Amino acid sequence: MQKESKSHSFIFPKTPTGVDGLDEITDGGFPKGRPTLICGGAGCGKTLLSMQFLIKGITEYNEPGVFMSFEEPSADITLNVKSLGFDLEKLKAEKKLAVDYVRVERAEIEEAGEYDLDGLFIRLGHAIDSIKAKRVVLDTIESLFSGLDNQAILRAELRRLFHWLKEKGVTAIITGERGEATLTRQGLEEYVSDCVIVLDHRVIEQVSTRRLRIVKYRGSTHGTNEYPFLIDSDGISVLPITSLKLDNEVSSEVVLTGVPGLNDMFYGGGFYRGSNILVSGTAGTAKTTIACYFANEQCENKERTIYFAFEESPQQLIRNMKSIGIDLDKHIKKGLLQIHSSRPSLNGLELHLLTLRKLIRDFKPTTIIIDPISNLISVGSEHEVRSMLVRLIDMLKANNITALFTSLNKQTDSFRPDLAEESVSSLVDTWITVRDMEGIGERNRGIFIVKARGMGHSNQVREFVITDKGIELLDVELGPQGILTGTARQSHQLKRTIHEIKLQNEISRKDREIERKRKVLESNIESLRTEFESAQEELSILKATEELQAGLSSKKK
Amino acid sequence: MDDSSDSSSTAKHKFLLFVSGMSVKSGRAIENLRLICDKYLTGNYEIEIIDISRDKEQAVIHQIIAIPTLIKTHPIPERIILGDLSDKEKVLRILNIS
Repeated sequence: MQKESKSHSFIFPKTPTGVDGLDEITDGGFPKGRPTLICGGAGCGKTLLSMQFLIKGITEYNEPGVFMSFEEPSADITLNVKSLGFDLEKLKAEKKLAVDYVRVERAEIEEAGEYDLDGLFIRLGHAIDSIKAKRVVLDTIESLFSGLDNQAILRAELRRLFHWLKEKGVTAIITGERGEATLTRQGLEEYVSDCVIVLDHRVIEQVSTRRLRIVKYRGSTHGTNEYPFLIDSDGISVLPITSLKLDNEVSSEVVLTGVPGLNDMFYGGGFYRGSNILVSGTAGTAKTTIACYFANEQCENKERTIYFAFEESPQQLIRNMKSIGIDLDKHIKKGLLQIHSSRPSLNGLELHLLTLRKLIRDFKPTTIIIDPISNLISVGSEHEVRSMLVRLIDMLKANNITALFTSLNKQTDSFRPDLAEESVSSLVDTWITVRDMEGIGERNRGIFIVKARGMGHSNQVREFVITDKGIELLDVELGPQGILTGTARQSHQLKRTIHEIKLQNEISRKDREIERKRKVLESNIESLRTEFESAQEELSILKATEELQAGLSSKKK
Repeated sequence: MDDSSDSSSTAKHKFLLFVSGMSVKSGRAIENLRLICDKYLTGNYEIEIIDISRDKEQAVIHQIIAIPTLIKTHPIPERIILGDLSDKEKVLRILNIS
């Protein structure tokens, strides 16, 4: 959206801001050689943003800078930004940074006659020239209005000042306090018309979110949305919508699920690398266990993994997983696994997302587990959550990170328990549901695959049990009413065993009977044979006697 | 603003007048200050004129933003007056001179 694809030959000259993400929104930075107005209420990060602009300018782009403060003495400023790792004294000593504190104390000053602000001009000019500054910050020039009486002179002089800054060719930031009806209390936006950025700090349902919006940027395209930003130990980072195009590379490599029987339910043998997996289910259906199995499997394969636990502390998670025979501790010691635990309400969604982004950049994981993602949903409204999740998933896809989310469903919504996570489910590639199957006085766990993009999968609801050896997916037991679980499965198995034993007995009985029959047959054959033999014998005796008698009678003749 | 302990009893008025080059307002301020001092503090005053367009560090040291600026360092209390001092009545009132 913010990137223009047309191939202009002219590129608007810009100065990189050095603020993570802001360059993307402004399409390159603040207008070079012109003043930019940053306004917002108290405590929204104006001073920090401008300070970061200066310091990053020095450290990353080698552009010296002048910080003219109207509010805080320079010692205070040095101390304030030290916590962010910026060492102003060092930069000052290197002649890269000049800090000038302009003190205007109304009580001490009287006015008699006409004057101009040449003093300010000369001081600023002196500071710029002494270090050859390219960047200037005036924080907050509006303080002059409370220090000086003659507003007419002041306004005329401010107009002159901004012209003068342009002539000097420095990229300047002017900060201003937010006014009632105008962007700034003194209407500074009238004078600074090139680029106006509004910072905002609001609390919605006790969660505070800082936001940044570019109101105006003359001569350049820019993102028009409100972008959340974050102040942490590294300064400010702005979170742009990472990419609106879905053109990330895909991998057809398969990673194992870690749960033995579950791999077989996917015809591909597991999840695709870089895909998003949602494991949803009601409370106590072993979502975390499945997630840990996956984490364990990934770590075994030397994949770097980050586990975000929003419900359990790392120690608790490790202990619990030990009870079912998974040792996560050894992976942590090897440096393959990181467990990050925090309450989701600790900060807004954006902050979680930014934390994630930072971790991805620093740790370079290939697997991320968020357990459970539904707790994040409780932080913001449905709309916000969805847009955040889109950003999250985009970010993970862009980095080709396999991500497994667990999601807790409401117990009460039994008809379509997954309805609550509609927003999530359409975004994920693979969706596994674990659920309770209640009946005949017991509760069993069943697992099935709702969808698996680009991979054939089993349609069966498989029962699984968790023993001290871990998860075990049981073989499918088909009964007359379909798949059997729990006691029904066991009684069915018993019945079948009895049936089998009976059958076995019957067969051996039949065998024995046949054997007996054969014996009878054989003995019958034997007796018949002897009968036959004796008859034969009798016959031969008869024949012999007859021959003998015939011989005797012929001799008588 | 730095030297307040030194010889305040003599009631000698010491002024620092900050100007910038030869600007019209600067010239007027010098002229007006001279007129006032000659009339009301005859001989008993000291004026130091500092041209910050040449001596820029002085502008930082004395926290000068507006030109011309008059700082009365003696006697205490220190007073700071912005402007070309054309409003004579006001200047006299502020400097507590009559």
